[in-house]
Amino acid sequence: MLTCKEASRLLSQSMDHALPRMKRLELRIHVWLCSACSNFEKQLLFLKRAARQLDERDSQTDQARLSSEARERIRKAVGK
Amino acid sequence: MKSPDKHSSSGPDRWLDEHGDYLFRFALTRVRNESTAEDLVQETLLAALSALHQRSGQSSERTWLTGILKHKIVDHFRRSWREQPLEDDPPTGLADEPGMDEFFAEDGHWDHKPASWGNPFRSLEQSQFFDVLQNCMQRLSPKLAQLFVLKELHDMSNEEICKELGVSPTNVWVMLYRARMNLRQCLESKWFENDREAL
Repeated sequence: MLTCKEASRLLSQSMDHALPRMKRLELRIHVWLCSACSNFEKQLLFLKRAARQLDERDSQTDQARLSSEARERIRKAVGK
Repeated sequence: MKSPDKHSSSGPDRWLDEHGDYLFRFALTRVRNESTAEDLVQETLLAALSALHQRSGQSSERTWLTGILKHKIVDHFRRSWREQPLEDDPPTGLADEPGMDEFFAEDGHWDHKPASWGNPFRSLEQSQFFDVLQNCMQRLSPKLAQLFVLKELHDMSNEEICKELGVSPTNVWVMLYRARMNLRQCLESKWFENDREAL
């Protein structure tokens, strides 16, 4: 039986690549029985999705802009 | 703001006006330092100028420039990776020894069990949530933050990250794990616990 510590590591790895079949099975059983690790898995999936939306958020609102000093500096450096 | 993608080849003299702020924000989300982000925009435009003759008209100008910026960001990470102090590196023993783990008790149980976040996806409609997420990313050590950016924002595989930064596969997964553990904890205490009443 996996410990939560082992399960949490496997869950993080499973975000990046497929796990070997037996590991996957052990993990599914653990997550099914353990609400903390089940919460953790949902949180990792959510984190992935949230990170991907950081750019969309940025382009929708008019937040950070190049300062006029930086803009001039870049214009000169690029020579256009 | 104009809609630059409609005229997809406005020419180098319009790049800064049409895409400068976009590229700046794109960089700032990843490097969290304004002067570094400004430098990256400049490097990108210079590189774009010298590569202009190779550009095929396939993608929009903004997509093309963003692709160059992505490479510049990886180059920047690679440089800063080498300059950062060694104590940022994970211990080679993977903290597998009992009592060496900040998140788990000796018997392998959670120190603080991850709570239910209810339906967290509703948070994605709130711009304040993304401010909290950025803030949590900023609290990571620079290396952990950079790995997280390459993984989740640049969508790179672990193998690509190893190759680009010259890090071992073990270090990549350990550091990604730590980044996620820290971000999870930070979001829980800075956002979801306060948000609990609203759930």
